[in-house]
Amino acid sequence: MKSLEELKAIRERMQNKVILREGSAEKRIVVGMATCGIAAGARPVLNTFVEEIANRGLTGKVEVGQTGCIGMCRYEPIVEVFEGDQRVTYIFVDPAKAKEIVEKHIVGGQPIVEYTIGAAQK
Amino acid sequence: MIRTHVLICGGTGCTSGGSQAIADGLKVELERLGLQDEVQVIRTGCFGLCAMGPIMIVYPEGTYYSHVKPTDVKEIAEEHFLKGRIVERLVHKEEAGQKLEDVPALGDTNFYKTQMRVALRNCGVINPENIEEYIAMDGYAALGKVLTEMTPQEVIDVMKKSGLRGRGGAGFPTGMKWQFAAANQADQKYVVCNADEGDPGAFMDRSVLEGDPHAVLEAMAIAGYAIGASKGYIYVRAEYPIAVERLKIAIGQAREYGLLGEDIFGTGFNFDIDIRLGAGAFVCGEETALLTSIEGNRGEPRNKPPFPANKGLFQKPTIINNVETLANIPQIIMKGADWFASMGTEDSKGTKVFALGGAINNTGLVEIPLGTTLRHIIYDIGGGIPKGRKFKAVQTGGPSGGCIPAQFLDTPIDYANLTKIGAMMGSGGMIVTDDSTCMVDFARFFLDFTVDESCGKCTPCRIGTRRLLELLQKITDGRGEPEDLDKLEELCYYIKANALCALGQTAPNPVLSTLKYFRDEYEAHVIEKRCPAGVCKHLMHYEIQPDVCRGCTACARKCPVGAISGTVKQPHTIDTKKCIKCGACIETCKFGAIVKK
Repeated sequence: MKSLEELKAIRERMQNKVILREGSAEKRIVVGMATCGIAAGARPVLNTFVEEIANRGLTGKVEVGQTGCIGMCRYEPIVEVFEGDQRVTYIFVDPAKAKEIVEKHIVGGQPIVEYTIGAAQK
Repeated sequence: MIRTHVLICGGTGCTSGGSQAIADGLKVELERLGLQDEVQVIRTGCFGLCAMGPIMIVYPEGTYYSHVKPTDVKEIAEEHFLKGRIVERLVHKEEAGQKLEDVPALGDTNFYKTQMRVALRNCGVINPENIEEYIAMDGYAALGKVLTEMTPQEVIDVMKKSGLRGRGGAGFPTGMKWQFAAANQADQKYVVCNADEGDPGAFMDRSVLEGDPHAVLEAMAIAGYAIGASKGYIYVRAEYPIAVERLKIAIGQAREYGLLGEDIFGTGFNFDIDIRLGAGAFVCGEETALLTSIEGNRGEPRNKPPFPANKGLFQKPTIINNVETLANIPQIIMKGADWFASMGTEDSKGTKVFALGGAINNTGLVEIPLGTTLRHIIYDIGGGIPKGRKFKAVQTGGPSGGCIPAQFLDTPIDYANLTKIGAMMGSGGMIVTDDSTCMVDFARFFLDFTVDESCGKCTPCRIGTRRLLELLQKITDGRGEPEDLDKLEELCYYIKANALCALGQTAPNPVLSTLKYFRDEYEAHVIEKRCPAGVCKHLMHYEIQPDVCRGCTACARKCPVGAISGTVKQPHTIDTKKCIKCGACIETCKFGAIVKK
């Protein structure tokens, strides 16, 4: 190690990789990953969320998790976004919609109403 | 892309519980499920709650699994990592039957919530075999800071101002030790890390080395800069194979990254570290004996003065710091002396790691600010005494310390208070005893240890401790006479005053403190020929209560020496001449008919 800059570069590169262990997230994205969800294509959706969050440098601030079946298998893949008391339920999510949810809802703060379960049941 | 981190404890406790097999098995399962690129398995250092091991923590959820077995791995992988369903039966619960939604977050459990992790901050968080994870936690930034922004004297001043005192036993102020060594001119000076942790029941140094080895290396380099040394030695016992292995990996990585070696950070400062393995002699934890051992000689203490700061290793100025002491130093440099001094009490700053063992529910490692009461450590963090038994005493400082009885449970723990009540901080081992422990036997156990470990160089220790042990043996055998108690006390003071090194000088402490606080137990042994706790075999016998015995014959079949006789459905009897007092019958009897008297 010949300079402090070198050390700093390693630190910044590595910090994103260990921040997951702090458990200090403000928002949670939860993907339904029961048999029904996986069969409907939840795996690529989950991976898209993880990648999008990491690419935007939001790891640690936004937690991406999984959950089991919530009983509405016909709407899978289902994704829920939790923030404080607010809970938004998205249905029929695919990787493209996942990117859009990150961009508009997570970053922009505006839930995408037409993808939610409320819109489908009208 | 990694979405889940699985932290599996790789400390000695959980490793002996099979955590390596769990980690290996999990990797196989993850590959089978195609999750190897999404779920990362990391072996860390100790989480502290050793009683619940092997432990696994899953992030980002923060799920805390305890008592995990290799056979549970498949279920965890399929349920949790593939389907996102937490395996409820393995989640650590503070109370039996607690519902999953009521389980507090890890940091909010009674065990963790009042702890303050300074020396242990990276233990159980990072992979100790990956220097980059240490760097991510601000590792080696303190070394960079002292080399580029501070003079050696400024570093020493920060250490002095922080109030840090040695965590290995005697509690000597670290900054002063450094100042003495810095003031001596020499062509070579040395920094030595004392990792010869030998107290029975102490394992904090091992855990730091296993969980955060780079913190110790970084601190040694800082110390080297402060006193003007370019060479360091870590003296670690060979019985700590995981710690030795991780140290070797850490030193190798630090050299590769140029954080040890020549011209560190381009400042012209050179520092390198070697490991010396100890063969496990207790006396080698004594600093002068340790130096003698590094020099290649038999580990025997030397006279002080000259102190190591003047004439230490190879007769050169040397500082010797304990592992836990060193682990505090990088953070003191980064966060400042005032931050460190804001924790603890007037004469004892900062935090201290205690190893809880013996009759306590949460066996493990805890780190708390100095000045916390014993009651808080034992009951709130430690979870109290198992099986509803009564607290009797706690032995602090191992065989050099003393026992602290219940009346001092509310004493704030710091260096001065512990010395005042006849115990000592020592390395921070705490062995808790309940009412089933005989204090005379307890003192005898520690003396047995010191007699074994006495190096034999000086007479008071070599012969004195042997005579102490013989007296204690005589008392526990039921041959004690009233004047033996006075003889014991006199001999204790003689040894304390005349032994060459701290090992000998402190060896009588367990006897003196039990004599002071539990003299009634000694008197019961000597005068009434009775062991109140029912431990000393020669002073008790087993009896079957005829009105409780159902004559089931279970005990008679279990007795290894055939001492129990009787006919079926009739009360049995024990032939006390044949009985070897092994206790097998008590464990066998379903009716509680057998008692010790």
